[in-house]
Amino acid sequence: MKYVDEFRDGELARNIATNIAREAKPNVTYRLMEFCGGHTHAISRYGIADLLPSNVRMIHGPGCPVCVLPIGRVDQAIRLALEQKVILCTYADTMRVPASNELTLMRAKAAGADVRMIYSTQDALKIARDNPLREVVFFAIGFETTTPPTAVAVKQAAVEGLNNFSILCNHVLTPAAMHAILAVEGGIQLDGFVGPAHVSTVIGSQPYEVFADDYRKPVVIAGFEPLDVMQSILMLVRQINDGRSAVENEFTRAVTPEGNRKAQALVAEVFQLRDSFEWRGLGSVPNSALKLRPEFAKFDAELRFDIDYVAVPDHKACECAAILRGEKRPQECKIFGTVCTPQNPVGSCMVSSEGACAAHYTYGRLRKDA
Amino acid sequence: MSTRKTAYVRPLDLKHGRVEMSHGAGGRAMAQLISELFAAAFDNPFLAQGNDGALLPPMPNGRLVMSCDAHVVSPLFFSGGDIGCLSVHGTVNDLAMMGAQPLYLAASFILEEGFALAELQRIVESMARAAREAGVSIVTGDTKVVERGKGDGVFITTTGVGIAREGITLSGDLARPGDKILLSGTLGDHGMAILSQREGLSFDAPIVSDTAALHGLVATMLDSGAELHVLRDPTRGGLATTLNEIAQQSGVGMMLQESAIPVNPTVAAACEFLGLDPLYVANEGKLVAICAAQDAEKLLAVMRAHPQGSRAAIMGEVIEDSHGFVQMTTKFGGRRIVDWLTGEQLPRIC
Repeated sequence: MKYVDEFRDGELARNIATNIAREAKPNVTYRLMEFCGGHTHAISRYGIADLLPSNVRMIHGPGCPVCVLPIGRVDQAIRLALEQKVILCTYADTMRVPASNELTLMRAKAAGADVRMIYSTQDALKIARDNPLREVVFFAIGFETTTPPTAVAVKQAAVEGLNNFSILCNHVLTPAAMHAILAVEGGIQLDGFVGPAHVSTVIGSQPYEVFADDYRKPVVIAGFEPLDVMQSILMLVRQINDGRSAVENEFTRAVTPEGNRKAQALVAEVFQLRDSFEWRGLGSVPNSALKLRPEFAKFDAELRFDIDYVAVPDHKACECAAILRGEKRPQECKIFGTVCTPQNPVGSCMVSSEGACAAHYTYGRLRKDA
Repeated sequence: MSTRKTAYVRPLDLKHGRVEMSHGAGGRAMAQLISELFAAAFDNPFLAQGNDGALLPPMPNGRLVMSCDAHVVSPLFFSGGDIGCLSVHGTVNDLAMMGAQPLYLAASFILEEGFALAELQRIVESMARAAREAGVSIVTGDTKVVERGKGDGVFITTTGVGIAREGITLSGDLARPGDKILLSGTLGDHGMAILSQREGLSFDAPIVSDTAALHGLVATMLDSGAELHVLRDPTRGGLATTLNEIAQQSGVGMMLQESAIPVNPTVAAACEFLGLDPLYVANEGKLVAICAAQDAEKLLAVMRAHPQGSRAAIMGEVIEDSHGFVQMTTKFGGRRIVDWLTGEQLPRIC
């Protein structure tokens, strides 16, 4: 397939692997965090860990939208569907995230809640148009990539006067999460970031400069194809060897320094910063998420319905929090692969294919140290 | 099922008519639906007996194989087929995977009140055509009607019987380390045909379902004399799930070569676009064969000579592994597990 196979070429991969092995100094450990779940997935699915020397270690980051959603947020969505009897529209990944009382959105659906799986915010608008007598709520989750389509939907609903439509906004911000990881005292040692792919097409490469300048961490923005990941690892190894910390862009075919200005303007028009937002694993992070601006308040499900946010602690044995901070690996969790599997996930990291635990379980659990 | 000649009965309005509750009530309306629609299309002497069951002639030598399959696909009509032919192929293929020659089918219909008779006729005629092509007779059936809103147009369950020739034993627990794994053709065509239609995705070349009866291909494979151990059609859950089932039943592992697995470029593109893996997408006209290593090339040649196996490939081998892992060497050069499908990848595809 054109523009895809080129980035999955095995021979090129072996060439890059040879270069990484030659250039990585044997007495140095390279601890690289891939921020995005998309990278985590690619690393597991294509067996990239098999192609790296043992002193180049990939640490999974928190860039999986479903994984960072705390239980209390899923509880709100379930209460909307079960108690307020709304039609709750959600992306598929969110359906199986474990919430309180042994519930998931999928189980709530089986118990009679009207939960609809959608592929696009346009589907949610259509459902609202087709059901004028019902309240329709879109469970809006995700990083900067999924925020612009939500903004479009809200603006469209305002223009059309779709008064039965609202959103439960959980859109979060990537740079804030990177700050939070680096700010943890006694947290993990990191030598560099494989920077987000799709997020960066929207926000551009400039927002990462602070990590290179202030925290002295190299950042290489990389696409989600396996060769992109390999090449970015090589670029990070080179920066570390040179003692440099800069923002470099491997994903030049899609990412520019300033990003997608139109999408940014749309988001700024509809959303504003929340003072604080609770992330699974990172706790409450200031200025790390978005809410609707006052002029769009009538589309805010949190204002429209009686569903106060109640923080709920994770399952005691679940290590999702430490895994999302990069402090633990999936196989270091006591319940990984036994009590907690993709079929019966206990923590959110076992749900989405982008989650570190699900990716490792699905593609790599044979490996001892991947 | 006898045709009434005594009084005039206004024929079914197959153009504008709709299924009514009376069509399932056991009275005259039901008798009319059966005779004018089902019996007319499926026409064969066993159905014409008009009894509660079909009295069949003595079976040829061999062992009786029986299988049953329910079909609830949405949309009912899709590129390359419809629920009618799918309901014949599904059961015929299940019989074929046991090495059986399919002979007779029973069909049960659950119709939703309000369903257009014209669409029902299209479905029934497609079923009749598929059965004729496959050389099986639909010898008995049943019709029920549920209230509007309690079905989804039509659900069809078919049950089939066939005869496996003497000396043939195929079973999911017979894969042995060293055996080769063959695939009869491209992956994911059916599931992606359904999904692209449902999501209104269009591509330069439309994706066409591969729904087809496979017993002809199976017969040539059995005739080749190759030492076949397992045959299975990778329907729901796709190839990945089918191989994991076999690995578990046989207590073995498997190692696949990604580069050897054929996928149509449009299907690959659609999967890429929707974030799906062709290994997990349903097929309705493909089979997986596991055979003794020394016969693999011979079997491959026979498969490729048959129209339904023209893109057949040897895509992996059975290995010893007490954990029963299915693994794959990726085109990229790494190794990954090919796990069971978790949850559902696509709703209502067959």
